[in-house]
Amino acid sequence: MDLVDVKEKWSNTINTVTIGATASEGGTRGKTVTVGGETTLPFLKFEGDIPHAPVIAGLVVDVVPEGWPEVLTSAIGDVIKSPAAWAKTLVDELNVDLICLKLLGPDPAGSNRSAGDAAKTVKEVLEAVDVPLIIWGCGDEEKDNEVLPECSQAAKGENCLLGSATESNYRTMGAIGKADKHKLIAEAPVDINIAKQVNILLHDSGFDLKDVVMCQVTAALGYGFDYVYTIFERVRIAGLKGDKHMALPQIANVGWEVWKVKEAIADEDVLPGWGKLRDRGPRWEATTATGYIQAGADIITLAHPDAIKIVRDTIAELTV
Amino acid sequence: MIFVGERINTGFKDIKQAVMDKDPKPLQRWARDQTAAGATYLDVNLGAVSTKPEDMCWMIETVQAAVDTPISIDSNKPAILAEAIKVCNKPPLINSSTASQEKMDVFLPIVVECGGSVIGLSMDDAGAPKSADMRVEKAGMFLATAMEHGITPDRVFLDPIVMPLKFMQDQAKEILEAARQFLLFSDPAPHIICGLSNVSNGTTHKKLINRIFLTMLINNGADAAICDVMDTDLVHAALTAELVMNREIYADSYI
Repeated sequence: MDLVDVKEKWSNTINTVTIGATASEGGTRGKTVTVGGETTLPFLKFEGDIPHAPVIAGLVVDVVPEGWPEVLTSAIGDVIKSPAAWAKTLVDELNVDLICLKLLGPDPAGSNRSAGDAAKTVKEVLEAVDVPLIIWGCGDEEKDNEVLPECSQAAKGENCLLGSATESNYRTMGAIGKADKHKLIAEAPVDINIAKQVNILLHDSGFDLKDVVMCQVTAALGYGFDYVYTIFERVRIAGLKGDKHMALPQIANVGWEVWKVKEAIADEDVLPGWGKLRDRGPRWEATTATGYIQAGADIITLAHPDAIKIVRDTIAELTV
Repeated sequence: MIFVGERINTGFKDIKQAVMDKDPKPLQRWARDQTAAGATYLDVNLGAVSTKPEDMCWMIETVQAAVDTPISIDSNKPAILAEAIKVCNKPPLINSSTASQEKMDVFLPIVVECGGSVIGLSMDDAGAPKSADMRVEKAGMFLATAMEHGITPDRVFLDPIVMPLKFMQDQAKEILEAARQFLLFSDPAPHIICGLSNVSNGTTHKKLINRIFLTMLINNGADAAICDVMDTDLVHAALTAELVMNREIYADSYI
């Protein structure tokens, strides 16, 4: 008896987004990174095309976040004090595909650095590495509205991925993205309806959704991971079924979110029986990341060198 | 929701005159307006104005010079279809074939040749169906034959044959029931389409009847309609019905 063919056939293709610009494209990057283009769900190559494997963005923060455990900071090493040197190490030693520069410094609740300082950091990182750049604001909307335009201009023509456009700031983000030729991250607070709404708003304001990567506020394993996982999955299925507002590549900001939860920062003295943080921390990060990759993430940010290695191996294994 | 814009049809005076004068402007205006209104396909119907394939080709090329929306070639003449598919820039929707073996033998190879989709009417030479069962039988035969030709269900649009409410009031329920059963034919299911304006033929409250009937048909599985896409109330009602059926993801600006 013949086996029944259970292959799914989808009617739509996920948008393809290229980040970075080489000299011939008006930038200074040595290479570009392309994501998206899928015609089926993650890793189901027998069903459709998956032209681009998920990519890893090494996380660099302009000021060391409070609360990061020694397990993480020591693994990153002394370079943690210099975003440019940190980025260079991630590229040279860990071969990350992109750098995700988180601009925490300008946060008014923290260092409250100036927009000019942030722009300077962006330039330094661009000079230190030749991979494409993701630039992510601190999350304070008022300050980001000041900082991101300046950083966007400092990186003009480099075709960076700027984060993030939300329901309230999409006009500003759309305008700077267009003016300086960058791609945008559209972000929603773990809410698929708002995710779609942000995309519709961006599209209606004249920003091409072919230049957008979607992001859900990423949850670490154990902290709403399953909610975000199902949103990634539902977004991808809707996109493949033909919803043009959902047929976008997706990014999971894992490196930034995981190193806030107790399982990734508290050692055995606080969590007896949970095993050494030295192993558990990076594994918590890697497990969160591999989950999102299987849900449909195209770009993953990662912080710990060991997590980067584990996730890269997993992607390679699943992509064979 | 797949909307097939019905307006480029020589049944309308302005289009008839334009085709006779070979004046591209009215066709292109309707092409742009219907595309802007959200048409997935633009139906192009030469009607009784001419039997020459080149006139149909002129209409299609004229529309394609204005927009890149795919064409629904509205003709039951194989000679016209065979020529028309050659000028389509994108895979067209062939509108339409009945389920009679003779018709399918001629039409389905044309669909295969152009890689497009096809509307299958749930009727054959015996004429319009009276019951849901008859519609299901004919539509099932059409889908099975299309699949034998290698046309997958996602390229088949089954039409339960909409009848005028005013003159055949008992038919509406049969049509709705037939559509519901079409859904069960295959997984994934074929598309279910209707020529909507038939339902309100001769009535006073045309738009209201169209709108209500389409939302009820969507509830029973329809995902496509040949209709007046310029009727924004109709389009908004259909999009809302799709949300109610959980086929689209809600967003505040879904309209």
